[in-house]
Amino acid sequence: MTRAGRFGELVLDGVTKSFGAHTALDGLDLTITGGEFVALLGPSGCGKSTALNLLAGLLAPTSGTILLDGTRIDTVPSERRDFGMVFQNYALFPHLTVADNVGFGLRVRRLRRPELQRRVADALRLVRLADQADKYPGQLSGGQQQRVAIARAVVTEPRLVLMDEPLSNLDAKLRLDMRTEIRLLHQQLGLTTVYVTHDQQEALSLADRLVVLRDGRVQQIGTPAEIYETPANTYVAAFVGYRNALPGEMRGANRVDVGGVTLAVETDVPASGRAVVMVRPDDLVVTDTGVLPVRVAVCEYQGRHFAVEGVTTGDVTVHCHSDRPLAPGSEVMAEVRRARAYPDGEVVPAAELVAAT
Amino acid sequence: MTALAIGRVVVRERRLPGLVWLAVPAAVFMVAFFVYPLCYGVGLTFQAAGGPLSAYRSFLSDGYQRGSIWITLGLSVPTALISVVAAVPLAYRMRGPFRGKRTLTAVLMVPLTLGSVFVADGMIDFLGPNGWFNRVLRALHVVDQPVVLIHNVAGVLLSMLISVFPLAFLLVLGYFSGIDGNLERAAAVSGAGPWQRFRLVLLPLLLPGLTVTFALTFVMAFAVFPSATLVGDPAGSTRVISIVAYDAYSRADYSSASAIAIVMGLVELAVLGIVFGIRGRLYRGSTSGGKG
Amino acid sequence: MTARLRLTGLLTWLGTGGFLLGMLGAVATVLLSSVAQQWIGTWLPGGYTFHWYGDAWSAYQVGSLLAVTFEVALAVVVLSLVVAVPTAYVLARLDFPGKRLLWLLFLLPQVIPTMSYAVPLATFMYRLHLAETLPGVVLVNLVPSLPFAILVLVPFVEQVDPRVEQAARICGAGTVTVFGRVVVPLLVPGLLAAGVLVLVRTVGQFELTFLVAGPNTQTLVVALYNIATQAGNGASPQEVDAMAVVYMLTTLVLLLVALRFVDPTSIVARNRDRRG
Repeated sequence: MTRAGRFGELVLDGVTKSFGAHTALDGLDLTITGGEFVALLGPSGCGKSTALNLLAGLLAPTSGTILLDGTRIDTVPSERRDFGMVFQNYALFPHLTVADNVGFGLRVRRLRRPELQRRVADALRLVRLADQADKYPGQLSGGQQQRVAIARAVVTEPRLVLMDEPLSNLDAKLRLDMRTEIRLLHQQLGLTTVYVTHDQQEALSLADRLVVLRDGRVQQIGTPAEIYETPANTYVAAFVGYRNALPGEMRGANRVDVGGVTLAVETDVPASGRAVVMVRPDDLVVTDTGVLPVRVAVCEYQGRHFAVEGVTTGDVTVHCHSDRPLAPGSEVMAEVRRARAYPDGEVVPAAELVAAT
Repeated sequence: MTALAIGRVVVRERRLPGLVWLAVPAAVFMVAFFVYPLCYGVGLTFQAAGGPLSAYRSFLSDGYQRGSIWITLGLSVPTALISVVAAVPLAYRMRGPFRGKRTLTAVLMVPLTLGSVFVADGMIDFLGPNGWFNRVLRALHVVDQPVVLIHNVAGVLLSMLISVFPLAFLLVLGYFSGIDGNLERAAAVSGAGPWQRFRLVLLPLLLPGLTVTFALTFVMAFAVFPSATLVGDPAGSTRVISIVAYDAYSRADYSSASAIAIVMGLVELAVLGIVFGIRGRLYRGSTSGGKG
Repeated sequence: MTARLRLTGLLTWLGTGGFLLGMLGAVATVLLSSVAQQWIGTWLPGGYTFHWYGDAWSAYQVGSLLAVTFEVALAVVVLSLVVAVPTAYVLARLDFPGKRLLWLLFLLPQVIPTMSYAVPLATFMYRLHLAETLPGVVLVNLVPSLPFAILVLVPFVEQVDPRVEQAARICGAGTVTVFGRVVVPLLVPGLLAAGVLVLVRTVGQFELTFLVAGPNTQTLVVALYNIATQAGNGASPQEVDAMAVVYMLTTLVLLLVALRFVDPTSIVARNRDRRG
């Protein structure tokens, strides 16, 4: 199999999709370069699957264009885009053997038989299923079915591989293994990939670049490190693990007053006005030198640390870590090791966060 | 084994037959009014005047009578085949949701509800020499003389198609909607055009359902009786087995009537046997693409 | 490839159009003819009248035909359901020796041609002196209807989660209570579907009623057939069509009722839902 992406760049320009009055995807602008692994991340209903289906040609955009090296492809039917796709429910042809499933795309391209068989065998070896070639999908485990689906999507060496939540039907252990395999496959083949997921861990660990979506709109586009370290807004922050949102008041360039306690924060917010401080649970640690008073509600043992849920004096629920068990009801002090402040206003509804994680 | 375990087993064993008795009334009724009359009918055929098998022999040796088997098959097999073949492209186009789908299926239910007697009655007027069908053909100068469509095979075939096609369509539509839509999408992204998607993915998954549809429409068409007498030519070209059996019955020749009825059942079962023999060779598994 | 698709599309719509035109044409012809004073050799009838309905009504005692039709249909529906529910429960829930035989017993009447068992069954009914009586007509109609109701109900029973029944038992309910308070109420959609389908089938059932019914116990469809075969010698075509319209209206009312409770495509599609 060849290496490297087979095109220069794929440009989505103001791609919009409406279903009646509902706008599922609102003006997506994105440029994907050949060989890149891009993840579309967001909770269900954020428009990420719509975007993927638009790329695949399974939906037609309401407005906007998709250009592949300058050629419009959004009006080209799926079968002539030369893409590969992995579906959430695998969508393996139940009446065909594993080998015939993998060879389907080659067969409809009327490849000669020896060449077809060689490439199917290569693809099956790649996903370590060479010995299952003659079985039917119904005889395979979920993980094996998923690998067949991946082999089917890459065997034609498509210009673009699309993956729609490919791991969400697998159990937790298998999901981690498959994640590594997908990354490995991308390193070996270098196929340009667009990957849709609601799992931020998956997106952070797999992708070269992330697109965080919400209600059909892009929230942030960046590398995993950029998204993780400097989320663009409270929504993205909450989505990548900043579970604590403390309301406060800016006091100078990098200082926030939270219920009488002044915290040092990273921020782009002007030096005064209301703000929200976002803190990850592992950056909010119960210590003797802490500054933020917390009354403990629940303390759970989680191996390396204790996860504590408590309430601040301002009656805000917080999640923090502790090295030692804490009695429910006890008053402790938490140290804020790293925090980011955002302009007040947009507060992410709790329900949306639950759906996101 | 401990006493407790034995006790448990006994309780389980006792409970099952207790509930199985719930099925006894239905079973008794079916034995009394279906199995027994059938056996009684078979018994009657052996009491015919000319000896035990004479009722069968006289039906099968008389070319005029025996021909009714071929007439019946000649009407019912094409009806079922045409219905299934026509239902596939139509259902293919209507497999997705669209406005008015429910109305359309309701309209298709109409002939099923009206039944063959009404359809036959309507067809006599509609297809007759002065009916609208012939008037339109003449007005368009397609024909000069009225096309003869009643009191012959064509009329019966058309009436049967009107009665049987909706069943085929509804069944095929159901089978289509049972196929995971992602399979078609997967095939499309893999590079298969509409025709390849149909031939390589949908059709193989549909075939077992199509054989069942053929079998059910054939069963319906094979029983043809009212349309064959009303729109057809009951003494000649559309003298189907039902008519022959009914004639014997109305002459009070019960042993012949039963013999013909039983031959009719056996012929039908033989055709179904062939259909399901073919079905046994097809892929018959899940029509979903994996975990839902 | 697109040309081929366009061709199949054209054929598809021609076929559908032809079918719908044929069906609607037949229905419209009957409707118009039934209100025509006279209709010979023209596009439309010369004049309109309703008197054929009056003539048919008195000549063929349509009132009593309707009464018989509904008496038979209702009796068949009630008896079918009462016997079918426990049987469907057994078939859906229990495994026992002879289960396949029981299935065969209920499937066969759906498969073999009605005439095949109608002839011996009618002969048998004459032997029992039940022929030409109302109970006789009801009994023969139960032969296809009871197994049909069972077949419709089995998937509905399978949809009822057995754990619901176990929960009821743990709460102290006996078999009768479980059945009456848990299973049957959960089966209401299935009972409606089965009941409505049996009703429609019984009103339309021809062969069995035709062979067994007497002059005073025939249903509407059998009377329509008898009159239609006499058309030309005795009955005027308009009278026949008036009868046909009465029959059509009866069945269409039933169809509308049926569609309120049963989605025709769901009977097949349900297989898939059950698996998912």
